[in-house]
Amino acid sequence: MLDLISNEGVTVEAQRLEDSPLAVRGLTVSYGQKPAVFSVDMTVQPGAMTAIIGPNGAGKSTLLKAALGIVSPLSGQVIVFGQPLDKQRARIAYVPQRASVDWDFPTRVIDVILMGLSRELGLLGRVRARHKACAMDCLNRVGMRDFADRQIGQLSGGQQQRVFLARALAQGADLYLLDEPFAGVDAATEKAIIAVLKSLKDAGKTVVVVHHDLATVTDYFDHVFLINTRKVAEGPVSEAFTAETLQSAYGGRLATAQIDQISRALG
Amino acid sequence: MSGEEFVPLSLTPLLIGTFAAIACALPGNFLVLRKQALIGDAISHVVLPGIVVAFLLTGAISTWPMMLGAAGAAIVAVVLIEAIRRLGQIEPGAAMGVVFTTMFAAGVLLLEQTDTSTVHLDVEHALYGNLESLIWLDATGWGSLLDVEALAGLPPELSRIALTLVGVSVFTWLFWRPLKISTFDEGFARTIGIRTGALGMALVITAAIAAVAAFDAVGSIIVIAMFICPPAAARMLTNRLEAQIAWSIVFATASAVSGYVLAGYGPLWLGGSDAVSAAGMIATMSGLILAAAAMFGPCRARIGAHTSA
Amino acid sequence: MIWDALTLQLGYNATLVAIGATLLGVSAGVTGTFLFLRKRALVSDAISHATLPGVCLAFMVLVALGGDGRNLLGLLAGSAISAWVGLLCMNWLTRRTRLAEDAAIGAILSVFFGFGIVLLTIIQTMGVGRQAGLEGFLLGSTAGMLWADAMIIAIGGAATLLLVLILRRPMTLVAFDPEYAAARGLPIHRIDLAMMGLVMAVTVVGLKIVGLILIVALLIIPAVTARFWSERSEHVVLLAGLAGGLAGYIGAAISASAPNLPTGPIIVLVSFAFFVLSLFCAPKRGVLAAVLRHLRFQRRVHIRQGLLALAQGQKIYEPLTLRLLRRAGLVRPDGVATDTGKARAGKALRDEKRWEIVRGDQAHEATAALYDGMRDIETVMTHDQIAEIDRQIGGPQGVPA
Repeated sequence: MLDLISNEGVTVEAQRLEDSPLAVRGLTVSYGQKPAVFSVDMTVQPGAMTAIIGPNGAGKSTLLKAALGIVSPLSGQVIVFGQPLDKQRARIAYVPQRASVDWDFPTRVIDVILMGLSRELGLLGRVRARHKACAMDCLNRVGMRDFADRQIGQLSGGQQQRVFLARALAQGADLYLLDEPFAGVDAATEKAIIAVLKSLKDAGKTVVVVHHDLATVTDYFDHVFLINTRKVAEGPVSEAFTAETLQSAYGGRLATAQIDQISRALG
Repeated sequence: MSGEEFVPLSLTPLLIGTFAAIACALPGNFLVLRKQALIGDAISHVVLPGIVVAFLLTGAISTWPMMLGAAGAAIVAVVLIEAIRRLGQIEPGAAMGVVFTTMFAAGVLLLEQTDTSTVHLDVEHALYGNLESLIWLDATGWGSLLDVEALAGLPPELSRIALTLVGVSVFTWLFWRPLKISTFDEGFARTIGIRTGALGMALVITAAIAAVAAFDAVGSIIVIAMFICPPAAARMLTNRLEAQIAWSIVFATASAVSGYVLAGYGPLWLGGSDAVSAAGMIATMSGLILAAAAMFGPCRARIGAHTSA
Repeated sequence: MIWDALTLQLGYNATLVAIGATLLGVSAGVTGTFLFLRKRALVSDAISHATLPGVCLAFMVLVALGGDGRNLLGLLAGSAISAWVGLLCMNWLTRRTRLAEDAAIGAILSVFFGFGIVLLTIIQTMGVGRQAGLEGFLLGSTAGMLWADAMIIAIGGAATLLLVLILRRPMTLVAFDPEYAAARGLPIHRIDLAMMGLVMAVTVVGLKIVGLILIVALLIIPAVTARFWSERSEHVVLLAGLAGGLAGYIGAAISASAPNLPTGPIIVLVSFAFFVLSLFCAPKRGVLAAVLRHLRFQRRVHIRQGLLALAQGQKIYEPLTLRLLRRAGLVRPDGVATDTGKARAGKALRDEKRWEIVRGDQAHEATAALYDGMRDIETVMTHDQIAEIDRQIGGPQGVPA
């Protein structure tokens, strides 16, 4: 299996496919006649926080959705903890972009968190005190304890995002995938979310985030995956997040000044 | 009113109407929340061709083949709608419009081509049923409820719709959690391994079975009204799904009972001599309840935070 | 027989019906297109069902006034009023409450229709004996069509078409991009209402021929059919009018050619036949074309991915990729590349390198945005440009460009 490792772009740490929480091989996803993601290989490092970055329309969210089986690829394979996706679903938690939810749905915040426990509850299991306590604990971790009885549509954008993070926490997964969790949220929410993600990492979990703010990459993450339809670079931030890789991911779209700034910040 | 009059003449139609209303309202809650309310409309239109085809195949008016035919037509319609929507990349409303009108037209044509003069099968009956005729002739009063011989004479529609109600309730209870999750957030449902496509199809089939059983007794007007009006009215009273379902059952029952009573006795109170269509009246009452909920319900308005990322 | 019918030689009534149905088909097709483009096709279902109480009330009023309850003009006026009330109720529900449009449509259509049925049973017990015919509005009845009826349909249809002609620009704009239309200062709400008003007019006009349940088909099916054949809204409108008119004409002719062929359902079925034909055979949006396109595209993706893997010495795991490469003569059955395969693989890899240069170069920003892994670089750059890029890459130049 070792020969699967891509030899283009920045070198990745050699590792076995079975050890990666999420590995993608030769993935091509196309909406209509234009591939959004073309022949991408990705190997997520266990226990790390990885940012998927790239310009708008570069296929970041599509890559995540294909990895989760939400959109079906034209070709390629997804391997989760060394097995096909369907066998390991219980170990993945996903925080979608907020747009995918019916905000008018008649449900309270606490009910949304309990949805995260549905695998444990099964079809007919009753919601018991310990489930409620677990849900409240998850809400507490994102600082939303006081909102448990609110209708979901009554929350602000940032609060909604925290609720969905809490739902993912309730799933008790080993791999967390988040799609632009910081887009359009207030600073307090961003801080709260990143604190939770770091605590997950400290607990040995793997976190993958579709991210759009280049300025915070070095602060938040230890691995990056640069994509622009094809993979551009993959590896530790210090190796893969450089002026050159950014230039080739963003092309002319990223002002030179900005790249200079980032490369100065990188030292 | 005395038991001697009420039990034989009104008890069974009331029960049938109420059971039919609840059996439709239960899946209706999810259809309305999933913005698929008009699937009920489509199903109730295609029941006609299903029944006619069943009649052509069996050559007789017998209930089970007809219910099978209707259910089959409903499934064909749903599959066709989905196929046309995907294959032709047409918005669901238009795809529905193409399918159910065509199938309805085919049903009318078949009916015209068939000699149905000897049997009771016509479009009007299909549209608004004949709830008033489902009486219990063997009953003599409340005591008949304990009389085995009299019970055997209950209209068969009653047991069918009761069975359907039980089936629909079991489905809702059994799949409560996946239904709720996939209606609220389909993407999430898929990531935790819920087969959303199959579940959606199961919901539609359940709705179709409820529609067919209700249609058998009360015609298709009630079917559409009960799929939509009680759940829609209930949504404006509460922000919790559990409470919404409970309210929708209350409203369905209230529409059925008040509609039936008004249809039977309203004209008498107004000095008329003949009853009006109970099915039509039940639909009308459900509309009035919806109007009241839309004007005064505490949760009637949309709420602000519709952010889009 | 059919031929006689198509050439209008089956007598007075058949000719009247054929002309009426054609006009109705044209105006329904044209009007329905705007509804369809606005993604509100099924609003027509609510409008048509909401005509029933009006028809019944009008009948009752006419009889109460001592007139003939079957006066078509009176009945149509009544149906228009109740359809309008239904439309306003539906708008109110969607604008003022949290109800989505589909639920509002369903609620209005079932409640109004149910109330209409109540009125119908009242009429049946009024003992006027002249109620026969009102049921005809459910499914249409062309048997006893009078010259005056045909004139009403003809004038109504023509007036509707004229109004559509006048309102076509604002209606197209609102259907295509309501936000832009609002920014331009167009009164969206009123244009929408005008659109619905036209749909209502068509519905009312069509009650006599096809009935209130099937008029929905004439509004929706031709528009959906026409959409397969053109990407331009004006053409879609014209084609929908053509499809609707043809369906009306052929349908009426078939219906006149034999007994027990009711006009309304036959027109709908003819219309549906056009739809199915278009769904499968339309050149760009048709299913056959789309399937072929998808298969061809998938093949290209797999072959290209396979070539890149070959060029980089990676093992190919996907059976489909291997099969396609073998069939194209690019690899041998044992999975080793043939000479052609090697050449093509080298070219594919070189093209990727070229693209890499292009995408890293600000000067080529617009070109770089076209990259999707599949586009041949020769289609976006000149030979000179490619030669310049190759100089930057260096290495062997023997690869065929």
